[in-house]
Amino acid sequence: MEKEIILQLENIQKIFKDNRGKNFKAINNVNINLAKGECIGIVGESGCGKSTLARIIAHLTSSSEGRIIYKGEDITDISKQSVKKYYRNVQMILQDPLATFSPRMKIGRYLIEPFINFKIMNKKKAYGYAELLLNKVGLSEDYIEKYPNELSGGELQRVVIARAIGLEPNIIISDECTSALDVSIQKQIINLFLDLKKKINFSYIFITHDLALAESVCDKIYVMYLGEIVEVLEGWNLVREAKHPYTQMLLDSVFSIKNFNKRIEVNKRIGKKSKKAKGCVFAERCPNSTIECLEKKPQLIRINRYASVACKKYEKIREIS
Amino acid sequence: MGNIKKKKMIFLIMLFIAIFMIILAIISPLLISHDPLVTDFENVLQKPCSEYPFGTDQVGRCIYSRVIYGARVSLGTTFLLLSIVFISGLIIGTIAGMSGGIIDTIIMRIADAVLSFPDIVFAIAIVGILGPGMKNTLLALSVIWWTKYARLTRVLVMAVKDKEYIHAATMIGASNIKIITHYIFPNIISPLIVQLALDIGGMMLALAGLSFLGLGVQPPTPEWGNMLNEGRSYIQTAPWLLIYPGAAIFIVVAVFNTLGDSVRNLLDPKHI
Repeated sequence: MEKEIILQLENIQKIFKDNRGKNFKAINNVNINLAKGECIGIVGESGCGKSTLARIIAHLTSSSEGRIIYKGEDITDISKQSVKKYYRNVQMILQDPLATFSPRMKIGRYLIEPFINFKIMNKKKAYGYAELLLNKVGLSEDYIEKYPNELSGGELQRVVIARAIGLEPNIIISDECTSALDVSIQKQIINLFLDLKKKINFSYIFITHDLALAESVCDKIYVMYLGEIVEVLEGWNLVREAKHPYTQMLLDSVFSIKNFNKRIEVNKRIGKKSKKAKGCVFAERCPNSTIECLEKKPQLIRINRYASVACKKYEKIREIS
Repeated sequence: MGNIKKKKMIFLIMLFIAIFMIILAIISPLLISHDPLVTDFENVLQKPCSEYPFGTDQVGRCIYSRVIYGARVSLGTTFLLLSIVFISGLIIGTIAGMSGGIIDTIIMRIADAVLSFPDIVFAIAIVGILGPGMKNTLLALSVIWWTKYARLTRVLVMAVKDKEYIHAATMIGASNIKIITHYIFPNIISPLIVQLALDIGGMMLALAGLSFLGLGVQPPTPEWGNMLNEGRSYIQTAPWLLIYPGAAIFIVVAVFNTLGDSVRNLLDPKHI
C-alpha cells in the first residue's frame, strides 16, 4: 500500500568550499522519500553528512543542487515568507539541548515564542498552552518561571520536544536529539517520542549514529557514508538484513560485553575522500573490495523486500540470478 | 560566595553615591545660594566665607553655586553623549555584525579610519572647523566614540548569531528584528553595559577637557572645565577658583570609574 508522500529529496548535493578554494562534497546524490506518519532514520558515523542533510531539510542551509519537494511543492528556493510557512509544518530538534536555549530567556517565554510568531494565539493563552505542553512531556508547570541553566539536559530536551510538538507539525526532524543525554534519559526521551507519535500523527526524520536506537524507532533506515546513501533498510530486521559491508561494520562497532574484544578498524580516512575515487565511497575501507569497486560507482539496488544496497557484490549477484 | 557579596556591597555603595550625585545635579537650582550667572563687583575674588562658602571668582560670582550648577551641565552633557554614542554604536555594530560581507567591511573600515586619529586631537579639529559650542563638541566626541561600541557590538553579535538557539528561533518563525531584539541583545548587553560604565569617567574628562580649552560649553554657563579655564590665571592669588571645580571633577570621575569597575566585577564572570 502506497502512502501519501509529503517530503521528497531529489538528488541533493552539497558542496562546501574551504578557504583555499577546494571543494568538499558533503552530500552526494541523496534521494529520500518521506511518507505521512512514517519514521525514517538516517544513520552514519560522524562526518558523513547527516547533520548537513538535516539542515538542508530544515532550510537552514541551502543545497548546492537537487530539489526538495514538500507536499508536491518545490521548496528549494522559496522566499522568506514561504519559509516561515514551511517552518509552521516542519520542526527540528537540535543536538545539544542547552545550546538550543537563549541563556537569558525563561522556559515559558521559550515555549510561547512559536505561537506568538506564527500568530496562532495571544500571549496569555499561549502561556496556558505552554503549561499544558509541559505536562504533556512530563514536567511540572512551575518550570515556566525557570531559566535554562536551572534544568538538566533531559528536562531541557523535553522542553524542546514540547515546543516542537506544540505546533503540531507534519514533520519533526531530530538531529541526534539524544546523543547529548545519558542512556536512561535517552530511553525516556525515545519513549516520550513514541507515545507522542501515537497521539499525534507526524512524520519523523530521526538522525542518529546509534543503529540500535534507529532500529527500535524507525520504519525505514538510510545508511549514509561520506555523503552517500549506501544502504536502505526497511522493517525491523535491520541486524539480520544488513548487507552492505559498512552497515555491518557499524553494527560491529556497537558496544556490548560480547564483542568488546573484537578489533574494530577505526576510520582514518574520514573527510579525506580522495578526489580521484570514481568508484564506491566505501571501497578503501571495505574488507572485500575489488579493483572494480574502485573504478565504478555502485547503484542502489533493491535486493529483497527489506533492503536496497549500493554495492558491486550485490549487483553481481543480482545479475547472475 | 562572600566575595560576591562584598562586590555587590561596593557596587551598591557606588551606585548610591552616583545616584546621589545625579539627584544633586537635577535639583541643583534648589541648592544654590546665589544666581550662578549674576556678577557682583563689590565681592570680587572673595575668600571662602559664610556668605560664599567656596568664595567668589574674578567677577564676583558665587563659586559654590557655580560648582553645584555646573554638575547639572557636566553630568547632563556626559549622559547625553553616552546615550548618543551607545545607541548609534549599538545600531551600527549590529548592522555590521548581522549583514557581514561588503557592508561589514565598509563600516569597519570607516571605524578604523576614525580610530586611527588620536581622539582629543580629532575632536579639537572637528570643533575647530565647526566652531566651538556644546553641540559641536558632542558631535565631535560622538563621531569618535561610536566606533568603540560599534566594534564591540559587532564582535559580540558575530559570536552569538551562529549559536544554535538563533537557528532554533529561526525555525519557529521569528523575524530578523525579533531575533535581534529578543535573542541577540539580551545575550550581548552585559559586556556593553560594562564598557559603558567604564567609559563614563573618560567621557566626562574629555568634555571637561574640551571646555577647558574653550571649545565646549561657552561662558558664562558654568561648567567645571571652563571654570578651571577662567580661574587659571588666578592660581596663585585665589586658588579656590580652581580647587573646587577641580575637586568636583575628580570626585565625580572617581566615583563613576569605581562604579564602572564594580559593574564589571559583578557582571563579568572572568573577574570573579
